[in-house]
Amino acid sequence: MINVHEVLETNKMIDQEHLDVRTITMGISLLDCSTESVLQTCQNIYDKILRYASNLVRTGEAISREYGIPIVNKRISITPAAIVGASCCKTTHDFVKIAKTLDRAAHDVGVNFIGGYSATVQKGMTRADELLIRSIPEALKRTELVCSSVNVASTKTGINMDAVRLMGDVVKETAEATKESDSLGCAKLVVFCNAPDDNPFMAGAFHGVSEAEAIINVGVSGPGVVKFVLENLPEGTNFEVLCETIKKTAFKITRVGQLVAQEASRRLGVPFGIIDLSLAPTPAIGDSVADILQAIGLERTGAPGTTAALALLNDQVKKGGVMASSYVGGLSGAFIPVSEDQGMIDAVNAGALTIEKLEAMTCVCSVGLDMIAIPGDTPATTIAGIIADEAAIGMVNQKTTAVRVIPVIGKGVGEVVEFGGLLGYAPIMPVNKFACDVFVNRGGRIPAPIHSFKN
Amino acid sequence: MNRTVITVVGKDTVGIIAAVCTYLAENNVNILDINQSILQGFFTMMMIVDINNCNVPFSELRDGLTAVGESKGVEIKCQKEEIFNQMHRI
Repeated sequence: MINVHEVLETNKMIDQEHLDVRTITMGISLLDCSTESVLQTCQNIYDKILRYASNLVRTGEAISREYGIPIVNKRISITPAAIVGASCCKTTHDFVKIAKTLDRAAHDVGVNFIGGYSATVQKGMTRADELLIRSIPEALKRTELVCSSVNVASTKTGINMDAVRLMGDVVKETAEATKESDSLGCAKLVVFCNAPDDNPFMAGAFHGVSEAEAIINVGVSGPGVVKFVLENLPEGTNFEVLCETIKKTAFKITRVGQLVAQEASRRLGVPFGIIDLSLAPTPAIGDSVADILQAIGLERTGAPGTTAALALLNDQVKKGGVMASSYVGGLSGAFIPVSEDQGMIDAVNAGALTIEKLEAMTCVCSVGLDMIAIPGDTPATTIAGIIADEAAIGMVNQKTTAVRVIPVIGKGVGEVVEFGGLLGYAPIMPVNKFACDVFVNRGGRIPAPIHSFKN
Repeated sequence: MNRTVITVVGKDTVGIIAAVCTYLAENNVNILDINQSILQGFFTMMMIVDINNCNVPFSELRDGLTAVGESKGVEIKCQKEEIFNQMHRI
């Protein structure tokens, strides 16, 4: 039988160390909503989302109450909209109508975000893909809860540099379109390499075409819990003990996610998909991946040793979490967003952390350059260059990488931008001033890498 | 059986156990196990109860216990047992 110490340990994780289930995300296939009429397609999309997800929020809240575990977000991911709208959308404006429908459906079922205003163009763009991508700035301006992602590269296909170049412009245009709110639109737009089909986290969630009709994916979190146990280790504890401790903690955190996922799946009558084992920080003090890296022994995140510490953390989280869940997927690892992590913000302000170091960290973390505010006058070609670099890291290392940078229109290095809520705030970081125009303007594709002769 | 864990943590005063047990009895909740001690100066009680025949829905029971806790100046949590089994047992 459970003893009092175990009960108190669990409750302390929840009350003091910010243990939570970050998101229950329902993936819904919209493939059967396609028609040749924009109006009818929008109606089908709205009806289907409401049919599947109208009880999602209520169910999440009930589970949260019964087990005493916060479930922070309830979200929906959908089939990439470029596919759903391919047969009816003839203009960017038609795609914006789909975005508005998604936004209305998300508001009506009460979810926090809806993801999947997406295109997967790692090898080439269809006409619809390109229309959707070009509609993103307008779509993110006209909607509140819609998140957009574009997959521009993969290990199997290489990097679609035409799409990379286009996304440089789209990120910039999105920043311009939402400049009244400090270019917030860019916080809802992510550019991927090797995007997973079952990721429950925003802004990159979409319901891949290989997925079932509907599915429940759960993202767990809990950097605060890991930080707390590491801080309580005796000074000078060796790596063996350190790694074991992280692994055991990741196991416990993930078990809660597994329970919530199974319950949500049972109550909603929708199959359980995966648990995403990510350590996702929030702006709350102590709920920080950077603080974990400091607890491992760095003066500040960004100091030499940061990449090794992050690699260790990421791997142990996976090792602990894999045994705790029957199906693991999504991104699974440690997120390193800047604006959502007080420790990262402090490291930037102290001059310890630069975009270049963050880029190195993305080789071993679960995603990529995330929630980084850059000067509003950064050229679109430079943004495309940043995207190409991240895509190359993902492509060669067979991992997911992503770019979610926010060129804050009207602001420069040293100024601070406030996004609010879970998105936090960020100091604007300097970007390398040297140009890469000739490189990104070449056009075409970078071929897929060879996977023999590894070194 | 529908097992639920009730934890009570706070400053020790007269009648905490009585108040909780009375409330549970009124709602037809059967107590299976009680464990009470003073941990780091705080009154700490854990109960495992069966709410199978409880008169009220779970959320009402939980809110009722929270109110009992407020009247006694302690914090009372009511959670289904699976969360602890999941986390601490393989």
